[in-house]
Order: sequence, then C-alpha cells, then structure tokens
Amino acid sequence: MITFRMEPREHTPVWLNALLPLLAVLATLVICSGLIKMAGASVFSAYAILFKSALSSKFNLVETAVKATPLILTGLAVVVAFRAKFWNIGAEGQLLAGAMAAAYLGALKGMPGWSLIPLMILGGAIAGAIWAVIPAVLKTRYKVDDVVTTLLLNFVIDYGMMALLNGPWKDPLSGYPDSPDILPAAEFPILLKATRLHLGVVIAVVATLLIWFLARRTTLGFSITAVGENPKASRYAGMSVAKVIFLAAAISGGLAGLAGVGEVGGLHFQVMAGISPGYGYTGIVIAMLARLNPLGVIPAAVFFAVIITGAEAMSRATGVPVFLADVIQGTALVTMLIALLFNQYRIRFKKVSHA
Amino acid sequence: MPVALLEMAGITKSFGPVLANDNVSLTLYPGDILGLLGENGAGKTTLMNVLFGVYTADAGEIRINGERVRIRNSADALRHGIGMVHQHFHLVPCHTVLENLMVGRKGRGGRLNKKTVLESLERIKERFGLFVEPAALVGDLTIGEQQRLEIIKALIRGARVLILDEPTSTLTPQETEGLFEALRAMSDEGMGVIFISHKLQEVRAITNKVVIMRRGRVTATLDEVENVSRHKLAELMCGHEITPPVREPVTPGEVLLAFKNVGTGGTARSRLKGITFELRAGEILGIAGVSGNGQKELSDIISGMAMPEAGNLEIKGRVVDRISPRYVQRLGVGRIPEDRMEIGLITALPLKDNMVLPRIHEPRFSRKGILKPRAILDFTVQQMKVFDIRAPGPEVRTGTLSGGNLQKALLARELAWDPLVLLADQPTRGLDVAAARFVHQNFLELRRKGRAVILISEDLEELFTLSDRIAVMYEGRINGMMPISEATVQKVGLLMAGMEAAA
Repeated sequence: MITFRMEPREHTPVWLNALLPLLAVLATLVICSGLIKMAGASVFSAYAILFKSALSSKFNLVETAVKATPLILTGLAVVVAFRAKFWNIGAEGQLLAGAMAAAYLGALKGMPGWSLIPLMILGGAIAGAIWAVIPAVLKTRYKVDDVVTTLLLNFVIDYGMMALLNGPWKDPLSGYPDSPDILPAAEFPILLKATRLHLGVVIAVVATLLIWFLARRTTLGFSITAVGENPKASRYAGMSVAKVIFLAAAISGGLAGLAGVGEVGGLHFQVMAGISPGYGYTGIVIAMLARLNPLGVIPAAVFFAVIITGAEAMSRATGVPVFLADVIQGTALVTMLIALLFNQYRIRFKKVSHA
Repeated sequence: MPVALLEMAGITKSFGPVLANDNVSLTLYPGDILGLLGENGAGKTTLMNVLFGVYTADAGEIRINGERVRIRNSADALRHGIGMVHQHFHLVPCHTVLENLMVGRKGRGGRLNKKTVLESLERIKERFGLFVEPAALVGDLTIGEQQRLEIIKALIRGARVLILDEPTSTLTPQETEGLFEALRAMSDEGMGVIFISHKLQEVRAITNKVVIMRRGRVTATLDEVENVSRHKLAELMCGHEITPPVREPVTPGEVLLAFKNVGTGGTARSRLKGITFELRAGEILGIAGVSGNGQKELSDIISGMAMPEAGNLEIKGRVVDRISPRYVQRLGVGRIPEDRMEIGLITALPLKDNMVLPRIHEPRFSRKGILKPRAILDFTVQQMKVFDIRAPGPEVRTGTLSGGNLQKALLARELAWDPLVLLADQPTRGLDVAAARFVHQNFLELRRKGRAVILISEDLEELFTLSDRIAVMYEGRINGMMPISEATVQKVGLLMAGMEAAA
C-alpha cells in the first residue's frame, strides 16, 4: 500500500512560484472540459474557438484589452488591500461608487471641457476610496470584521444606485434605468481608430506600474506588507497599524473606483444597471492568481478577459452555454488556492508494509 | 537486561540538502531519566517530531517494549504510551482543570466520565505527588501549576514515557525541585523520562544518562553524568570550549532611565503597583521573577507599547509623557522583546526588511517615502558580517533562520543605533550555549561603554552572571532589590515565591 502525507516545506524553489499559477490554469481547463463534454461539444475545438476568437484579429485583441482594463484595476485594488490583510471583498461596490461619481461629474455643465476627464478620474478614485475607507475605519477602530462590511457595502451601493437610476437619474424619454449621458468632452479619447481602445487601458497599465513601485520601492508599500504579515510586530517597530490599513484601503478603493471611471468614460458614457458584471469579485480571483504581485495582475486579468470574450464566440459556435466562463473563473480560484498550498507544503509518498 | 521502554534506532531525516537527523539512536529503559542535550539546530526537535509522527523518518525505526511501531500522529504516540509536555502548553484557559483533563477523551457510550477522571487524578496525586485543584480555572493557574496539569494530562492518558521540552525555563528554583521529585517518583515506578534542556546544571541533577546531539548526529551517550563537569558537557554540545564571560568593574554613572511609582492595568497578579527604580549608565539591572508577575507590563512600558496608568517613566531625567514605540526608540531605547518570532521580527519577510523595520523612515534607508534598496542591502550585509548571522543571504526569509541567528539579527538591528538603554526580555531563551554567550558578551560590551541594560530573565544563572543588581518581581511589585554581591539563589527564589525580604 502507498500512503501520502503533507509535510511543511523548508524552502520554496523559485521555479515553483512561477509554475504554480500556470498549473492552476491548466488544471482549471482540464476540470472544466468535463462540462464541455456534457454540453455535447468537442473539448479541443471548444477551447480552440474560445482562445482563437479572443486573440485572433486586431478587433478581438482590442476587445480583450478593453475587457481586461477594469479587471486589471479591480485586481490591483484587491492586491493592495490583501497585502495589508485588509480583506476587501468590496471592489465591486467601490467600482460602482467610482462609476457613479464619473457619470455625475462627466455630465456637469458649465465646467471647461478640458477639466472634465481629470475631474472624473480624480472624483471617481476619491469616491471609491471613501467607500473602502468606511470598513477600514470600522475595522481598526471598532474591530468590525472587514470581510462582512466590505461585502455588505456592495449591496448598499448597488441598491442605492438602482434607486437613483429608477428615480432622479431615470431616462425621461425611454424610462430605462440609465443615467444621463456624460458630455462629449468627458468621453475618453480613443487610442486606435475605429476600435474601442480608450484611455482607460493606459490608466490600467500605468496604475500597474505605479502599484508595483509602491509595493517594492516605497516606505508605504514596505509598511503595508509588514502590517499585513504581522500587525503586532509592526506596531512594536513603531508603525501606526491603523494608519497603514487606512491608506491601503484608500488606495485599494481608489483603484476600484478608477475601474468604474473607465467603464463610464471609455465604454458606456453613462451608468446603467449591470454596468459591472462582477468585475470586483473577479478582481479577487485575479489577485490570487497573481499571487498578490502587482505585475502578475496583467497576465491574470488578460487570461480572464480572454475567457469572458471568448466564451461568447465559443457558445455561438458549439452551443456550450456562456456560463462556462463563470465556472472557469470559480474553478480557477479553487485550483489557485490549492496551488498555493503546495507553495508551503510538499506531498511525500511512502510505501507501507504491514507487519 | 530488561526490555527497553523505547528505542529509536538509526533515525535519519533530511530536509532537502539538510540532514536534520543522521542515524540517531537512543534507548530508554524503565526507570531511566534521559537528558537530551544539544544546541539549537542540533536535531532534538526533529527527533521528537519524528517520535510524535509530525515527520516521517527517511530511515530508521521506533520500537516500544521491543516491538516495532509506526507512529503517524500524536494520537498514535499517545496510544503507545508516549506523552509530551511542550514548552508552550496546550490548555484551554477559560475551562476548568477537570474539563481540560477530559478534552479528547471519550467515556463509555460516548459520554464523558467525570468520576473516572477524578479517580485517576487522585491516584496520580498519591503516586507522584502531582495535584491541581480540579475545579480551578486554568487561566487562574500559575505557570508551574499549568505545567503540572500538562504532566497530569499525559499521565491520565496512560503515558509510560514522558518527554519534557525545556520544562524548567519558567519555574522558580523551588518549583523545579518539586518537578524533580515527581520525575524521580515516575522513575521509581519504572516509567521513562526524556528531559530536553539547555540547563546543564539541572541535567546533571536529575538525569541518569545523557544523549548529546550536534549537527544532527549523536556525539556522545553518557551512562552517568554526575562526574562529568559542566564544561565537559558544554564542550560536547558545541564542539569547542566555552569560557564564562568576564564582568569588569564599572562605576555606575548618571541615571539613564527611571521608573517613578509606576502602576498599570492588567490582571490582579501582573499589573504593576508602585514600581520605582533607577538605572544608571554602566549598569546591568537583572529582573527576576516567575513569569506573569508584571515583567511583561514592565517591558511594555519601556518598549513604548503601553502607557502607565500612574507614575512616570523618565529617560535621561526627562519625563516621557507620550509613550510610543517610535518615541522611546528615538530617545535611545533599544529593545529585544521576549517573543522574537512574533513581536521582534516578521518571519515571513526577508531578513533585510527586518534589519531596517523600525528604522525605515531614517534618511539612511529612505528619502521622501522612497526606499533606498542599495543602502538597506548594504546595511544588512554589513550587520550579518559583524554579528556573524549565519544565513544564505540578506534576501532569505527570516523565519528560516535558527533561533540563535534570529536573536543575533535582532541584536544587530538594535545595537546598530547605539542605544542608551537596552531592554532585553528573555534574550537567551531557547538559545544554545554559544549563541547565549555571544548575546551576553554584547551586553557586557554595552555596559563597558557606559550604556545600561535591563535584563528580564527566567534564567537565574544568566541573571547572576551578568547583573550588577537584581530586582525580584512578585505580583506586580518589586519584592526585593539587591546588589549582586548580596544575592543568593536561595534568597532570590524565596522572593520570587512572594516571601518578604528578610530585613
């Protein structure tokens, strides 16, 4: 008989750190192939269509990049928060806060046209930050569990937004729950003619580099990591744990708010119901897949963007429901968490002979 | 020859390239009290973890009463009659003694049987003189009583072999003597005891044989220890001779730190009540006492973690009105906390980050919030050299360092800023002889330079070697303070137990 057991690792080899996310993705695709089979399609061709459609033409590549933009920003938001062990499950709500602020500021009349886009960016980031700072203060001052508050505030703002869309912001002509369009001067410039590649893509990439710099090269990033790893020792060393968590939450919420700004300024030009199909939650999976490394967020977000955009084409061609994209996202989180376990433990097989 | 209670034969266990146990064997006969000695990293813990099924040995076998057994977890170990009392107790503080004894035990028909547990408790009292009031809350017990409870727990579960990991580090001398009597009673009944310790004196007093490990191997198995000198034992452990540190005479200078009638919150036993003392330049003040008598509260104030509720802390004659970790450090207090793994260092971070953790805002390591990675790296490499920190490099995860190297890293960090006053809380707990010696030399060097050290320790030997004065804490008060020339182990032990100082 062969048995196995888990043992703690003394060292984690470098190659393993790079390999684990890839293995997790591979395992996800293998596991989900069962569903494709059940839907009656060929696994290989379904995946081939999925990836080809998302990556083949210029148009599709741009669409994937546009889809990846909010995911990069929510992914970064979660990375910053989780590094401080501030369990921000509320990127979704912070995104909505940013989107609403952008829709409001972008429609402001009587402002110089050039000022609208900076105003939206700034205002959206601040709105997201405020929505994230509330649970941070509750956590540091009153020890209220941050998982619960960040999660529940998503519903608060979601229903608040719906109330707004069905009330003051309701489209007077159609009666749809759509906010008024932002002014043309507030629309994000398009970077590539005849595509939807907008300024938000640049914002996402710049934000990634800035957050990398913050995490690796600044005293604040240093403090965020220290507080996340051990708040007690950080306090002993002289850091203000509450202040560091507050700042991490503000940056995190600000990034998620920017995701909302991008969707309004670059794509929809208004806020409407379902403006975010769960980008905030996907950001959590992306952050885990990136192993909380800011630079890892881009490939992880692009992977999910490919899955989301490709799933539709695959569905059209093979009849596999688009919900496969959701299943792949969920499965990827589970496989990544399992992969992280192997980061710290190894499996030892042992032959056992019974006396 | 009787059948051995426990035999570990040819145990080999490696972690990657590191051979933690290399063909280690030991035998325990009925009545044996075996001392297991070795520096940190010698492989004692790995060996015990193999015995308890935490790790699987790569080679070798374990025999109990002559029969080969396979131990996969601690439940297996218990079933084979092996009980262990860890350094950190596994008790539920908000439950009673009786409830703690019943945890994990099924009675007939799944019901817990209070009566049988009480009966066995009574029997253990008769046989070994070990007793703890069953109705008492564990949280109210002293450390010594909690340890007794852990031993009783192991005995009730039917342990025939008892393993004690550093059992005396938190006991008063008198409590230690009580523990030894119980161990002798167990030995008389034909049980076996493995006694893991760094305190050579105690090993000589209680054990009848000694196994010494160094670098994963057994370097000596001595069948009698009484005639082996402490120096010889230390030498066998470290592989080289250890000379005791020398304390040169130093005339105390100005008052660097003073407590003026300081009181704090805390439990009835631990909160400080009217603590007053002065610490002068060129002085090492030793603080003795059973843990939980206010030492933590005292060190919290000096290290800036807590404000006194009454009275004042003065540093260099100035009242420190806003006590915070950052502020006391700026005033020149260096700090070696009791818990280096949890409070002093962040084990998940690279060594270089820990080396600058409290000083990250210093212009040397950052400017306007931007780190200077090169300076941080250079500083770490330099301190690693000066303090002989054995690590693969400055980027290594701090948690992978051995206890001695962790403590050297803390020293390297705190001493780099030339502190006026160094607070050292249990600085050599769990360190091997050579590492402890290194720490001590640094304290004496500070003293020679006209700095001051507050040394909180449960190791009386350490206190007696280093201190100029010894203060004994009991129930949050200083129950007696004396120059080292007037201190005896007997006297300090009685003060630790709460006796009034003989006038």
